[in-house]
Amino acid sequence: MSDIADRVKKIVVEHLGVEESKVVDAASFIDDLGADSLDTVELVMAFEEEFGIEIPDDAAETIQTFQDATKFITEATES
Amino acid sequence: MRRVVVTGLGMVTPLADGVEETWSRILDGVSGAGPITRFDTSRVTTTYACEVPFGDGSDGTFNPDTYMDPKDRRKVDDFILYGMAAAQQAVKDAGWTPEDDDALERTGVLMGSGIGGLTSIAETSVLLHERGPRRVSPFFIPGALVNLLAGQVSIRYGFKGPNHSVVTACSTGAHAIGDAARLIALDDADVMIAGGGENPISEIGIAGFNACKALSTKRAEDPTKASRPYDEDRDGFVMGEGAGAVVLEEYEHAKARGATIYAEVLGYGLSGDAYHITAPSEDGDGAERSMRAALKRAGIEAGQLDYINAHGTSTMADVIELGAVERMMGDAAGTVTMSSTKSMTGHLLGAAGAIEAIFSILAIRDQVAPPTINLDTPAVETAIDLAPNAKVEREINYALSNSFGFGGTNASVIFGKV
Repeated sequence: MSDIADRVKKIVVEHLGVEESKVVDAASFIDDLGADSLDTVELVMAFEEEFGIEIPDDAAETIQTFQDATKFITEATES
Repeated sequence: MRRVVVTGLGMVTPLADGVEETWSRILDGVSGAGPITRFDTSRVTTTYACEVPFGDGSDGTFNPDTYMDPKDRRKVDDFILYGMAAAQQAVKDAGWTPEDDDALERTGVLMGSGIGGLTSIAETSVLLHERGPRRVSPFFIPGALVNLLAGQVSIRYGFKGPNHSVVTACSTGAHAIGDAARLIALDDADVMIAGGGENPISEIGIAGFNACKALSTKRAEDPTKASRPYDEDRDGFVMGEGAGAVVLEEYEHAKARGATIYAEVLGYGLSGDAYHITAPSEDGDGAERSMRAALKRAGIEAGQLDYINAHGTSTMADVIELGAVERMMGDAAGTVTMSSTKSMTGHLLGAAGAIEAIFSILAIRDQVAPPTINLDTPAVETAIDLAPNAKVEREINYALSNSFGFGGTNASVIFGKV
């Protein structure tokens, strides 16, 4: 697993208080990991902080799953 | 009007986590004061306070994990954490965790705070200034709002009855209990969780109250001697923190389910000073009218009061309250015992009225008046027994608890033996 995925997973585990094994690629923050809409806002903020990037609101709305997050962050940090 | 009784108690105080743990220390005259550990005090005048003893839960220490998941706790100011802890204890003590819709809809929550998420607001303001608005947490507002304590308790248990909150500075806890009792008396609910929580021991809290000249400043050498109501050498109140909660219940409802009944809420009086933003009216008129209103509602005479838990903050205002009590008691002044438990807990602001209501209830249960510690040289002579430095075992059928807040907001609650 990539370094980015590891770091994203750590944030998700910390913020949502879920088992690491539950944070799989297709896991939806809201449907599978128990987040509410405020949790997802905070998650995006934590991603921004960790990776030193800015995630605009319209982009944030497309980040629904663990994979969405790692994909977006990988692209954002490469550019 | 329906009768209202108390069937559950809960508290987190600077003396301990838990009602019995706190009460035994109160009866022993233990002070909860010490040097402030919550923040670096090098810039503020007052460096001591009564802090809740965090720990692993043993020996009366407060283990927050017992009451809230760390991930949920992170989303709220500690006034909500303390309030949640007190409410959970009270609900457990009352044995009231219904599951049917009717009962849940007839159970409400009325808990408040004097200031609410002051510490969170201060910290977030610094974050906003240093890092900009995009770093402000989505949990900042719902973690700082005063009424979110009542909201959190209702969500935890599914209590769908009246959900309400009080913000009347240092009278908050007393108003919450009095108002909640009225909701039950008027048949808006059968059970109410009532009380308050406060988390004011932060740099901004201490700086703010120092600026008001309200806090004790001269006893950094021995903080346990700083809170000394009625004593000639008192020099301001000592900040406290924590929460208190009671379960109030309609009398027949409590009897029908075989609940333990601690006491009855007999009277509740309110008044306003209309005088000054921080100082009480010098003649104690507001305090006296508040107590008299409670007596009228309870249908008893002043001379029947056995114990008064004073507002008694260890400020100049102590003698104003004392004067009001003397006038109310008249010739019966020599028959009542009045003490200030703030001499031990410090001043919990919006939670003070809640924990002091509980001390008044326990005074009735155990037939003992808690002491006023550090009362070595009384500032004035009085016929009233102030329980100096030692508890007083005596008959207690009626107890009154006073709370007075900034803005001239006064509340008195009378509890009676059932």
